[in-house]
Amino acid sequence: MKLQRKNRLRAVTLGAVAVSGALVLTACGSDDNAGGGGDKGNAGAASKIKCAGEGQLLAAGSTAQKNAIDQWSKDYSAACSGVTINYQANGSGAGIEAFNSGKVSFAGSDSAMKPEEVAASKKICKGGQGVNLPMLGGPIAITYNVEGVDDLVLDADTLAKIFDGKITKWNDAAIKKLNPEAKLPGSKIQAFHRSDESGTTDNLTKYLQAAAPKSWKYEPDKKWPNQSGQAADGSSGVASQVKQTAGSISYVELSYATGNEIPTAKIDTGAGEPVEASTDNASKAIAAAKVTGKGNDLAMELDYTTKAASAYPITLLTYEIACDKGNKAETLKATKSFLAYAASEQGQSSLVKLGYAPLPAEVATKVRSTVNSLS
Amino acid sequence: MSTTTDTPVAPPPAPSESTSTGRVGDKVFSGLSRGAGILLLVIMAAIAVFLTVRAINAISENEGNFFTTFEWNANATPPSFGIAVLVFGTIVSSVIAMVIAVPVAVGIALFITHYAPRKLSGPIAYVIDLLAAVPSIVYGLWGALFLVPHLTGFYSWLNDYFGWTGFLEYQGGAPRSLMTVGILLAVMILPIITNVSREVFAQAPKMQEEAALALGATRWEVIRMAVIPFGRSGVISASMLGLGRALGETMAVATVLSPSAVLSAKILDPGGGTFAQNIASAFKEAGSFGRDALIASGLVLFVITLIVNGAARLIIARRKEYSGANA
Amino acid sequence: MTATTTLPATEQTDALGIHQPRLPKWAPAGIALGAAAVGVGIGTVAGLSSRIQWGLIAALLFVLASYAISATVEGKRQAKDRFATSMVWVAFLLAVIPLASLIWETVSRGIKVLDAYFLTHSMSGVVTIQPGGGVYHAILGTLEQVGIATLISAPIGLLTAIYLVEYGKGKLAKAVTFFVDVMTGIPSIVAGLFILSLWIMMLGFSYSGLAGAMALSILMMPVVVRSTEEMLKLVPNELREASYALGVPKWKTIMKVVLPTSIGGITTGVMLAIARIAGESAPLLLLVFGNPVINGNPFDGAQAGLPLFIYEQWANGNEASYDRAWAAALVLIAFVMILNLVARGIARWKAPQHR
Repeated sequence: MKLQRKNRLRAVTLGAVAVSGALVLTACGSDDNAGGGGDKGNAGAASKIKCAGEGQLLAAGSTAQKNAIDQWSKDYSAACSGVTINYQANGSGAGIEAFNSGKVSFAGSDSAMKPEEVAASKKICKGGQGVNLPMLGGPIAITYNVEGVDDLVLDADTLAKIFDGKITKWNDAAIKKLNPEAKLPGSKIQAFHRSDESGTTDNLTKYLQAAAPKSWKYEPDKKWPNQSGQAADGSSGVASQVKQTAGSISYVELSYATGNEIPTAKIDTGAGEPVEASTDNASKAIAAAKVTGKGNDLAMELDYTTKAASAYPITLLTYEIACDKGNKAETLKATKSFLAYAASEQGQSSLVKLGYAPLPAEVATKVRSTVNSLS
Repeated sequence: MSTTTDTPVAPPPAPSESTSTGRVGDKVFSGLSRGAGILLLVIMAAIAVFLTVRAINAISENEGNFFTTFEWNANATPPSFGIAVLVFGTIVSSVIAMVIAVPVAVGIALFITHYAPRKLSGPIAYVIDLLAAVPSIVYGLWGALFLVPHLTGFYSWLNDYFGWTGFLEYQGGAPRSLMTVGILLAVMILPIITNVSREVFAQAPKMQEEAALALGATRWEVIRMAVIPFGRSGVISASMLGLGRALGETMAVATVLSPSAVLSAKILDPGGGTFAQNIASAFKEAGSFGRDALIASGLVLFVITLIVNGAARLIIARRKEYSGANA
Repeated sequence: MTATTTLPATEQTDALGIHQPRLPKWAPAGIALGAAAVGVGIGTVAGLSSRIQWGLIAALLFVLASYAISATVEGKRQAKDRFATSMVWVAFLLAVIPLASLIWETVSRGIKVLDAYFLTHSMSGVVTIQPGGGVYHAILGTLEQVGIATLISAPIGLLTAIYLVEYGKGKLAKAVTFFVDVMTGIPSIVAGLFILSLWIMMLGFSYSGLAGAMALSILMMPVVVRSTEEMLKLVPNELREASYALGVPKWKTIMKVVLPTSIGGITTGVMLAIARIAGESAPLLLLVFGNPVINGNPFDGAQAGLPLFIYEQWANGNEASYDRAWAAALVLIAFVMILNLVARGIARWKAPQHR
């Protein structure tokens, strides 16, 4: 018995050590990453951010805007220590779903809400509804991984056939015709698409339907329509697959292509020169976009068939979705303040280096005033 | 026996106080432990009822046939979803895993118990023990970043020599296929099966082995005649344990599979899906109805796992007379 | 016998001559080396890119060669024995390669960013495509979630096991045993779905560490019950009876005699159960949401967790994130291993008391 009592004492000591260890651990962690890794926050911008609210903003949605939100929240949190942003990049479809079930303060989506999604949002937004706030644009880059080919040109029709499994080899006559100089291998084309519901997919299929109606018979949707090719989860999943798979092709928001250092194809739009997927070229296409939403809703429509010189046609506009009225009271202030920063000039210009295209000035102004009116 | 529940005949001169606290204590304690048992029962029943109700709700509004539809469009209006691809994918990948893992695991178990030099066998057994505890997400990470890129060459080699069989045909490209899932699951369940098999083999009656050796049997003959018959049911139940793990594995599968609604016998080509993987990738954009549909599929997985576990338990029960192992 | 001339078989012709020719001791090693060499040779000549094939060819050659040589020299029975031996060795090597590579990859790639900074900082304000940040918030989250899960399931599991072993009789005990069996079969993702639908969607609570802990405790309870049951059954009845004979009431017998005797085994079981659930990622993915910032309160707000962190970083899909994922995997493995080792230590330390 004595021995056991001693053991019990020892067990208690062990437990005490464990608990105090945990306590010490709690004390020694830090959220402050300003000193280590990465570049410093945008110090100049910090002073101009209007902080409001406190606590954590939960948000979810588009993976295409993940890198932008990362940058924004980094700069924003650097200025406003009371607020942190927790953005879960799990796809536009998931974001809207999370928003409509009232679990997040705002959602990120690369396509405007559908009417039935707006209807569903009325349950969450007491006395109002979910509105689309365009935040930034970006080119959807056609990324590829073909050895020995650095300069690939494609057009809408060829793309449609590739993604529909009609063109299966890299040395297909249609690709050769567009790239007379390139040394195209005879290997199989590995087309990757998104496995989750994605606004990027939605925009690409809209483009294919508009620009290559003969070859693309599917309705545009967030969900990939056919069973051709392989699937991967999220923008990053697609990008990393393209990077490690020879003979692959896919579509992804430009920042993921530049971030993973994978080449992007130029698009032959019918303008004189094939157009490169760049921020500038996308801005040209986005500048021509029109607001089609009503009231506070600022949903926009892009012209996918543009033939203007150096306007990149496969672009997306990515939205934040929030309630116009009836936002969650406890996070309303922080939501407004964060979105206002995102739409501000600093917020917009800080993203060019990541490969995003800022909003046209007049649209940005509209967004700012709408953000101000959220309640 | 411990069944002497009656409090020992209370000695009359004993201070009444102590016996009464004893009785009260007994009542409280037995009540507490019975309560815990009942609580467990209630939790379990609640889960079962809840899941079943939700599943029925989903299936009753399903436009497609729950068992034969390939596509999973639970969010569409009208919803249409089915588990055909998932059943196929789950079974095929688990079977591949078992076909690879069981013989190898038995091999290692025999190696540790009967072949390896003494000095080696201890540490090896220990390392494999620890590997059984490595979280599955780590296997998934390894599978996605190491295994997948290294399988391309092997698959095209298989295709060159066995492509004519049809199901080992390989078109090239990232090998994120059911075969890869099977291989990864095999690596994952290998330590589990090895552990249990090793324990069973180690308990094989030494006398029989020595008798066989004395009669001039070779080491293999000893194993075949004395060790394997003794350990067979143990190995089977170990395999079932591994199979149960493989069936329900989520993240390791989600990281290496290219999901699609295709049911194809070409197991080297990317595509397919499993129950758990489908839940993990589809739940985030599923509305409340979509979640019910996923629950329905989860319930089917649950039933399959239940059958496997039940089979394992039956076999273990039959083996019990043999040994006192608590494996 | 022509083979004997090429291979120096040590012929032990003793007086009776009953001994068969045997291969020398170094023969298996020699054959293995030869097979490996030929395998590599074929691999390079045929230009097979994948090392896996080289290994498979060498393994096949080894098995066949040792069978053939032994069959010609030593006879069929010995050949079969050699065949089995070489198969077992091949099985061992076949398994060692992936498992060793798993350990090697994790350690070598994880060590790159694993340092004190990584362990003490969160991912707050780190742009995922850039290096930096740490895993502290995830460690804290995992500790709290696993801790709560243990607090919920250990007492219930323990008491249930006591009920089953000490009191259990009749229909209720049978039903409990059956349901514990059923519960062990719940796939972790289904447990997660259950809590998601009930706690978060129906009852309207928000994502939190607690929600994750509840799903984990569903997974943990049956394991605790099972292992505790086995341990309690190991306690000899003589001890109980001796205690009753001294007039000790049953509950005191359990508390003072049965539990102390088996406490080592019970603790081991609980520790192993903790190790098992600490690596669960699927329920966390559904229930705790993930969080780049330290959240020390498991009852309110989104939290991070180590397995979830690994998944998120993998899903980010760039080199900086992969490095963080490997490092976090290393941390998680270390955590699980420590638990395992402690459990073993307790088992060994307590073992002589009841054996």
